[in-house]
Amino acid sequence: MIDFHLTKALHTTAGPRTLDVALTLAPGELVALSGPSGAGKTTLLRLLAGLSKPDSGFLTFDGQPWYDRARRQWLPPQQRPLGFVFQEYALFPNMTVRQNLAFAAESQPDARRIVDELLELLELIELAERRPAVLSGGQQQRVALARALARRPRLLLLDEPLSALDLPTRLRLQDALAEVHGQFKLTTILISHDPAEIARLADRVVELDLGQVRRVGPPVAPAAPATVVGRVLAALPGGRLRVQLPGGAAVEVSGMAGVGEEIALTVDVARTL
Amino acid sequence: MLPPDYWQTLRLTLALASCTTALLLLLGLPLAYALAHGRSRLKPLLEAVVSLPLVLPPTVIGFYLLLAFSDSTAVGQFLINNLGLSLNFTFSGILAGSLVYSLPFMVQPLQAGFKQVPHSLTEAAYTLGKSRLTTLWRVLLPNMKPALLNGAVLTFAHTLGEFGVVLMIGGSLPGRTRVASIAIYDEVQSLHYDQANAYAFTLLAVAFVILVALYWFTKRDAARLS
Repeated sequence: MIDFHLTKALHTTAGPRTLDVALTLAPGELVALSGPSGAGKTTLLRLLAGLSKPDSGFLTFDGQPWYDRARRQWLPPQQRPLGFVFQEYALFPNMTVRQNLAFAAESQPDARRIVDELLELLELIELAERRPAVLSGGQQQRVALARALARRPRLLLLDEPLSALDLPTRLRLQDALAEVHGQFKLTTILISHDPAEIARLADRVVELDLGQVRRVGPPVAPAAPATVVGRVLAALPGGRLRVQLPGGAAVEVSGMAGVGEEIALTVDVARTL
Repeated sequence: MLPPDYWQTLRLTLALASCTTALLLLLGLPLAYALAHGRSRLKPLLEAVVSLPLVLPPTVIGFYLLLAFSDSTAVGQFLINNLGLSLNFTFSGILAGSLVYSLPFMVQPLQAGFKQVPHSLTEAAYTLGKSRLTTLWRVLLPNMKPALLNGAVLTFAHTLGEFGVVLMIGGSLPGRTRVASIAIYDEVQSLHYDQANAYAFTLLAVAFVILVALYWFTKRDAARLS
């Protein structure tokens, strides 16, 4: 269980604000942090990891104090049993995929087995001897996730791990995250902007804005895909169609249909965000 | 025809350059790290001190070191009486002078190297439970090899070409303080142009080979890591 109330001065585009968040997470819970940029999401994650120092408050993990302003306690990041996945991956360029994991696991008694299991779980066996520079974004993020798990952490912190990836890769990595969460039951905090992703992975969502909690509650399921029927006005070069929507507006889509035919168009609100 | 002291002088020159490079690597790393990541308000002051040898005439550095090493000043008396270090006109003396003279050539590349490694790599290592020293040794240094090489090579080559500082505090004692650059001057003064040329051409060749090796390796390493 993790229990905290932390504050820290924020420098937002709207001027100076104070990040002030109190929260309790149940063991094994996956909480999504969401909110506009500058809301303090990354700052909060860094405070939890010990990468930045809070201005005041406390932080307890499984009864162990990690930070307590009143008692002047602060545990450095090295001593907090957590895994951190950075938005920009932060893989060590001088090491292969396997070496990245082994470096993280080397303090564990069964390091070799942990590394082999994680390579398999995240489908990295074929990439094991490659260096990060030759991997795609999705592959790098799988390595980053595996590396964060290699230390056998008890808390997993994910800073927008999927936001830089294209949709198919993102969906595959959501599968990987769900599998990892199912297998290790780690208390997890995930920063995400994607309602579909949050609805799929999170038990609870915490919405931050300008350093304050706006809402805590169950994830809101994204709106169901909306379907409209349009009439094809013209076939354009390159397999494009000009389609008239019921309101009178015209849009261009890819597809095959004869001029004058009526076709169904699906708009996936969640994935266009 | 080679000058009579050719090999002795060359050995001394290379010994001075090697010792300077090795010691400056050790001293330069913590200094460069502090300059790259420190947040002290005194940082500009430290940076200025490190860069001074770039702009000062070597004779100025040599002059003040000569004073500092002599028993007519408090510093010199402390060195001589308390540490037993009588540095003027000795190899240790010109080594100390070279350390000062070549300091920016080591520190500036290393400082740039530390800055170019993304800070997130350091933070990632910390969240994996790695100490600062482990992070430095296994993450930072391997990812700034070109900067390390650059600093070491420039320091070495620059020390080879040192003249004013050595002349001020070392003089020209064959086998003790007479390095190649000073030997050239001496030979020219005695109108031994052939012998001056032997030293001069050696320095030219060594410097050229070292720089070619540096740029060749840097290019190869960049290709490997990208």
